[in-house]
Amino acid sequence: MLSLEEVRHIAKLARLTLSAEEEVAMQKELSSILTYVDQLKEVDTSNVEATAQVTGSTNAFRDDVVIEKESTPDELLAVSPLKIIDHQIVVPSAHG
Amino acid sequence: MSLSSLTISEAGKKLRAKEISSADLVQACIDRIEKVDGAINAVVYKNFDRALEEAKKTKIDTKSSPLAGIPYLTKDVYSEHGVPTTACSNILRNKTYAPAFDATTIKRLKNVGAISIGKVNTDEFTMGASTETSCYGVTKNPWDITRVAGGSSGGSAAAVAADECIFSLGTDTGGSIRQPAGFVGCTGIRPTYGRTSRYGVMSMASSLDTIGPLAKNVEDLALVMEAISGHDTFDGTTSKEAVPAYSKTLSKGIKGLTVGLPKEYFIKGIDPEVEAAVREAVKVFESLGAKVKEVTLPHTKYAVATYYILSPSEVSSNMARYDGIRFGHTVEKPANLIDYYERVRSEGFGKEVKRRIMIGTYALSAGYFDAYYRQAQKVRTLIAQDFTKAFKDVDMIVSPVSPTPAFTIGAHANDPVAMYLEDVFTIPQVMAGIPALAVPCGFSKNTLPIALQIAGPQWSEELLFQAGYAYEQATDWHTKKPSL
Repeated sequence: MLSLEEVRHIAKLARLTLSAEEEVAMQKELSSILTYVDQLKEVDTSNVEATAQVTGSTNAFRDDVVIEKESTPDELLAVSPLKIIDHQIVVPSAHG
Repeated sequence: MSLSSLTISEAGKKLRAKEISSADLVQACIDRIEKVDGAINAVVYKNFDRALEEAKKTKIDTKSSPLAGIPYLTKDVYSEHGVPTTACSNILRNKTYAPAFDATTIKRLKNVGAISIGKVNTDEFTMGASTETSCYGVTKNPWDITRVAGGSSGGSAAAVAADECIFSLGTDTGGSIRQPAGFVGCTGIRPTYGRTSRYGVMSMASSLDTIGPLAKNVEDLALVMEAISGHDTFDGTTSKEAVPAYSKTLSKGIKGLTVGLPKEYFIKGIDPEVEAAVREAVKVFESLGAKVKEVTLPHTKYAVATYYILSPSEVSSNMARYDGIRFGHTVEKPANLIDYYERVRSEGFGKEVKRRIMIGTYALSAGYFDAYYRQAQKVRTLIAQDFTKAFKDVDMIVSPVSPTPAFTIGAHANDPVAMYLEDVFTIPQVMAGIPALAVPCGFSKNTLPIALQIAGPQWSEELLFQAGYAYEQATDWHTKKPSL
């Protein structure tokens, strides 16, 4: 069983704020999921390579030129919910 | 009978013969949506005016693509220029995010003249097996509105089954095309990983995500796959492997091929009616000249657990972009940047998305990575090897899509693990990156659809379509319609 402290720590890493009820619910649900996935520990994988992708593809390189011409930078900026000044998004201060 | 109940090939014939216009077809879908969607809640954005405008401009002649003038609906995670795209999440819905570009698949369909008529429901950011996590509420099963239409592509599936469109687009990370297709009695394919481009489709778990069509029969799936498959510079995981002319070789038949039945899929817990329908379907394959052989996929029982490490881990990373800076929800007067992130995300994301972000963050955190993510990647290798071995003996593997027919709305409300186990037969193929087709193969005594899954080696879509087509020619399950 995860402790409430652990739940709060994970939430902090994930940039989520949980209410007191959410913390308790999350503690129970995460613990049940972790108990379920713990069965993977019984599988002997000592000589097994990890799989990150399955189709044998390798790095896909292309020339470093602009090929996406459909949207302009201003169009992309326009979907931001924050204020735009001089083609830049005004974000909240990182220092508080 | 409404024109909206036509298949792509039927509608295409009428369009080319000038019996009907694309606008007639689009209007028929609009009328059908207005009539039945109140009952099933599949459509989340109606792009009707633009669709009619496009349809009126569409010129169709004998040289046009089979998809020219054909109306379709898109799962609400595909970016479409200027069209609200919310992933059925409040984090994008609150500010009605409308992308400034098209997903490659949308662009490819546009280029052949298909007409997008709107967006359909999904679990929030595709995380779920029932659309119950959507901020627009659950999509109901057209065969029984007290039941779910499956998920996450539940809107895409219900819309096809209810004849609200001619075909639809979905995404499949753990079964999200096949399971809803099976629950509503339409067809759907999860392509080989890298067969179709995911550019512009909101990512969930990048090492597992695929996109594909849902349609009224196998021939239509083949037609859509021909148009959307192939290499895309914007998606580095797409393959340069040539795309066969799927629709031209459908009637090749399956005589002499070997169909594998995995013994691990016919176990306790599977609904007897599902098992009976699938075994009946296997007899049809035999009558069509295929041989049947039992195969073993010994690591099947670990697939769901593997998935619920890999997928939330990748989710926790992919969801990081929803920070209220470049798009989506925002909050007033944040104390600082961290406070802003936390409030935007906590207000914007729903319960299941938060749960998966939390699981993934935990699994990837210092000290746990090897025990969880790395171990799951290794078990993934073993699951994939099971298939490689099996395909040495058989050409394809046939199984149920889901252990039961569609479940009741709310049945798994407080039990995430029970919900995750809905994908027990659709997750193993994902681990191996292989394609799998869902085809209707019967009904329960409560008149709920049951579906057959046909999986093949990587890049074997052509073979799967041939098998599915042969099965459809010998049966009529795919022609049954719900009464709405």
